Amino acid sequence: MNATLARQRRATTVDVRRLLAAPTADLAAHEQAHGPLPTPRDLVSLLRDAGLRGHGGAAFPAWRKLAAVTPTGNAVAVANGAEGEPASAKDRLLLRSAPHLVLDGLTVVGAAVGATRGVVYVPAELAPIVSRAVGERGGRDRFALTVVEATDTFVSGEETAVVSRLNGGPAVPQDKFTRIVESGVDGRPTVLNNVETLAHIALIARHGAGWFRAAGTEEDPGTFLATVSGAVRSARVHEQEYGTTLGELLDLAGGISAPVQALLVGGYHGAWVPMPAAIDVAVTRRDLSPYGAAPGAGVVVALPAEACGLAATAQVLDYLADQTARQCGPCQFGLPRLAETFRLLATLPRATGARQARATPRLVEEVQRLAALIDRRGACRHPDGTVRLLRSALSAFRHDVTGHLSGVCLAGAR
Amino acid sequence: MSSPMVSTEQTSTAPSPGRGIASVTPATGTGATDSATVALHIDWTRCDGRGLCAELLPELLDRDDWGFPRARDGSRDVAVPRTLRRHASDAVAACPVLALRLSQ
Repeated sequence: MNATLARQRRATTVDVRRLLAAPTADLAAHEQAHGPLPTPRDLVSLLRDAGLRGHGGAAFPAWRKLAAVTPTGNAVAVANGAEGEPASAKDRLLLRSAPHLVLDGLTVVGAAVGATRGVVYVPAELAPIVSRAVGERGGRDRFALTVVEATDTFVSGEETAVVSRLNGGPAVPQDKFTRIVESGVDGRPTVLNNVETLAHIALIARHGAGWFRAAGTEEDPGTFLATVSGAVRSARVHEQEYGTTLGELLDLAGGISAPVQALLVGGYHGAWVPMPAAIDVAVTRRDLSPYGAAPGAGVVVALPAEACGLAATAQVLDYLADQTARQCGPCQFGLPRLAETFRLLATLPRATGARQARATPRLVEEVQRLAALIDRRGACRHPDGTVRLLRSALSAFRHDVTGHLSGVCLAGAR
Repeated sequence: MSSPMVSTEQTSTAPSPGRGIASVTPATGTGATDSATVALHIDWTRCDGRGLCAELLPELLDRDDWGFPRARDGSRDVAVPRTLRRHASDAVAACPVLALRLSQ
């Protein structure tokens, strides 16, 4: 479908209801809404035709991950619902509203890779809900499903962290010299997918690639769950087609509740997209890339004009520095130093005397030097994502940077 | 050139340390053919910045503010030219925490 036409046709923006089509979360409602679950003969080809990418953040092609699984006949299929991203609520909502769609997807993926074990990895508060759904299915699935509680940390859903946790270790990322599709849980080939990705797979298995592509754009087909929060009237999760604009997502959230200066797109590892330009930016990989952003896990946070973008970024950087797993040197030592140095910049207008004199010279250059020192130097992408956010802040809030360097904060002055 | 801290007698086909995955997985093997590109992989979860690798491979690595090895070209896995393969193997063998591996 032509994305521009698709966008024009949506005169009034309403939620699409694919993933959230069932009125209640129980098995009967699920079956009535979605019908029986077929087992596709060639899931890899089906997903390649559909063009589905992962909805956990990295947007890796779903078919390619499946095709990479070593065919040993004893693989482990994992549904990842950890959702450690503080600004995201969509995986929790999906698990609460449509757990059977996720379990269907896990079953289909497991069948395709010859899995003999399935694991659903979810926040502790959702374990009872998901366990009840597993119980409702009465062992209809071709392998046993177990529910494992995730720890409540930012990196607990990183794929090697999940595998470590399922192997009885801490939920912290591991080195990736050996890929989990070769050797993961119990040393068995492991295929791990975000829960929303699995729900899409459950629908593609039923309705086909053409149906899936009827929504979204050529390059980013289908729908996605978006968590819209910040300075909006009604913060919640929405399902929309890729190609919808950021402005339409704000409309879905009841509109902005105060003047907004920028949107954080993609979460704490995402990027700032300045307003008002953001309103017309389509949620696709191509349209967001000039801002260093990506649809990622569908996170949009509206930053009010009265706030300081540098202070808001400093707060997120403090959080991300605190969430380092303290395993990899450049991340363990670099992120706190980066956050601390960036905070000097964010608080410069309030600094006085000796501290200001010490902080001012070459502060931005030092922040950039530290960012380059940290980028791509860890077992996982936590340092990379943190640096991405920082760099986007220096770009989106460049006038604030100039202001701060001369002792003036522009918050609320726009 | 690098300082002769460890013997350079060993051949470049020495197996990588660790779980021995390389022997069963062609994609991650260390038996480099002359035409293949070899990359030095740093396991950051193991590395504690002793710095021997940067001494043995100063052409490819320097050290950051905290002493951890840093690829001079900024790459994630460091491409090793043929002329430096012997030194790269030495670095792998010399790492006291087994944080280095060579991959194709």
